[in-house]
Amino acid sequence: MNDRVARMQSGTAPHESPRIASGLHAGAHPVNLLDIKNLSVRFGDASAVPVVDGLDLHVDKGEVLAIVGESGSGKSVTMMALMGLIEAPGRVSADSLQFDGTDMLRLKGKQRRHIVGKDLAMVFQDPMTSLNPSFTVGFQIEEVLREHLGLKGKAARQRALELLEKVEIPAAASRLDAYPHQLSGGMSQRVAIAMAIAGEPKLLIADEPTTALDVTIQAQIMDLLLNLQREQNMGLVLITHDLAVVAETAQRVCVMYAGQAVEVGSVPELFDAPAHPYTEALLKAIPEHSLGAKRLATLPGIVPGRYDRPQGCLLSPRCPYAQPRCSEQRPTLDPHPRGAVRCFFPLNLNAEVAR
Amino acid sequence: MSTAATTNAVLSARDLTRHYAVSRGLFKPHANVQALNGVSFELQAGKTLAVVGESGCGKSTLARALTLIEEPSSGSLQIAGQEVTGASKSQRKQLRRDVQMVFQSPFASLNPRQKIGDQLGEPLLINTPLSRVERRERVQAMMQQVGLRPEHYQRYPHMFSGGQRQRIALARAMMLNPKVLVADEPTSALDVSIQAQVLNLFMDLQEQFNTGYVFISHNLSVVRHVADDVLVMYLGRPVEMGPSERIYARPLHPYTQALLSATPTIHPDPAKPKIKISGELPNPLDPPSGCAFHQRCPYANERCHGEVPQLRLLDARQVACHHAERINS
Repeated sequence: MNDRVARMQSGTAPHESPRIASGLHAGAHPVNLLDIKNLSVRFGDASAVPVVDGLDLHVDKGEVLAIVGESGSGKSVTMMALMGLIEAPGRVSADSLQFDGTDMLRLKGKQRRHIVGKDLAMVFQDPMTSLNPSFTVGFQIEEVLREHLGLKGKAARQRALELLEKVEIPAAASRLDAYPHQLSGGMSQRVAIAMAIAGEPKLLIADEPTTALDVTIQAQIMDLLLNLQREQNMGLVLITHDLAVVAETAQRVCVMYAGQAVEVGSVPELFDAPAHPYTEALLKAIPEHSLGAKRLATLPGIVPGRYDRPQGCLLSPRCPYAQPRCSEQRPTLDPHPRGAVRCFFPLNLNAEVAR
Repeated sequence: MSTAATTNAVLSARDLTRHYAVSRGLFKPHANVQALNGVSFELQAGKTLAVVGESGCGKSTLARALTLIEEPSSGSLQIAGQEVTGASKSQRKQLRRDVQMVFQSPFASLNPRQKIGDQLGEPLLINTPLSRVERRERVQAMMQQVGLRPEHYQRYPHMFSGGQRQRIALARAMMLNPKVLVADEPTSALDVSIQAQVLNLFMDLQEQFNTGYVFISHNLSVVRHVADDVLVMYLGRPVEMGPSERIYARPLHPYTQALLSATPTIHPDPAKPKIKISGELPNPLDPPSGCAFHQRCPYANERCHGEVPQLRLLDARQVACHHAERINS
């Protein structure tokens, strides 16, 4: 993972124009920065159980979209597929995987590396492993600037310093020569963010960016990400399992379960009136929801695995509202006035949303 | 259940302190890290004390002292009325039975090469004269209690999900029916829906065995659910301690206020601005003078610079802040 990340963020082809691939397959919806249609990812042959199963997703310019779900729901794999980081035996298939008018599915090596790390950048969960321990912070940021923007020497150094100041690192000038182990977790994550925004990306993917951090530092990093997003009008995809973080930051949410999007909706409507039983169960399982109660509401059982994937709705064995139909047929993601839901018997569709 | 004569506290700490000498190089004097400084509390049977704070605040050092993994540098610790510091080796062995621990990651805390049944039976094998058949019976009864099926007895840890492994770890800790259970971030490696299942199990077992819990966590919304009392720590020192509902309703220490305010919530109130504190935890090798929080505190003045605030009683809890009255009036 480490060196894949390094390769991705540095790129290696200085002779080609960065925008070489932009003419390919212009999207049908030019407003959408990212447009994913029917994305599936499998590990193994075509009959293997999909890890991401027919996912549709779009992100507009300057939008903050959160992807929520539990471990193994396919949140991270979706974004890895977008960036071309799925390696054999993984297989990616999609009707469309458009980023900023470019078909990411058809891109090959060099062309991809001109986009990934520059226009499409990523911040990972654990800054201690996503930074290279053998090089200074300054070198690692300058590497991005060199490969993607062609900056060299003093100009690169100067820009790296500006980036560190932009991510609010105190005494930035002295930190340029620091190695990652000399920085705290919060500081390392700021450096990782500085590297990600070095190419002024149009879309920033943050994969659990604050999960490894303490709560006061988490608040600082989320503030920073949102400020940068507003300032540069970036699209931001926030991958997280923490619904409370989503409620405070995102404009739109996609809830994933076992590789499928089960509900898409806007914040705070989705939190006030969840339409999918899984979304409702997730919200109820948060201790904040059961203040004063002796027991927390739980969803019995665990996420289906490879050998017990239900024939019908994937949630049906755990769903408190399941009907006979749910275990026979698989529902599709159908639009409704406030979003979209994958359920035969959605909840709260007629609920008045207070706000 | 408690054998203590004067008090029925199952765990009682007085001014518990743990300092570490840290080498800074061959010719330099050792530095002294005050990982734990003057922590006092009492835990009653069947109650939960939650310890909260950020990484490096001394939570885990406290857990290590309470479970007799490490000897405190000074202070006194009593388990069910019996003094730990200065106890003989055989007494300590007996005391260890009464304090058990559940760790953060059930992937690291279970032996990958040992069957679940054997892992659960091991505490009995070491500490009790029970026969093989009796041990097996006890293990199976406990497995049923934590929601494991009988066939799981013969399985290995890798065959279980994270939530189930944490159930196993909890079952192992409860095998000897301890008086105190120390849980160090027991649900932070779990998903939300699994976390809810495990927390419910914690509460059920507590009710059944009347165990005292020391629940260490950085997740304040989990703490609010489980805790009777809350101890907030910052850089090795307690800054606020008292009944959970009082602290959540009206935190008095600026650090507690910042922690609660920084915790994200599902229904954020736009009318209530977030308290933002800048900076990070200071270096424990070189702690600031006076109040450890003064560099990040919005209310700090000269006094905080020079004088370490002591815990004092205010509004039914203890708080260590010079300005607690002023900033909360």
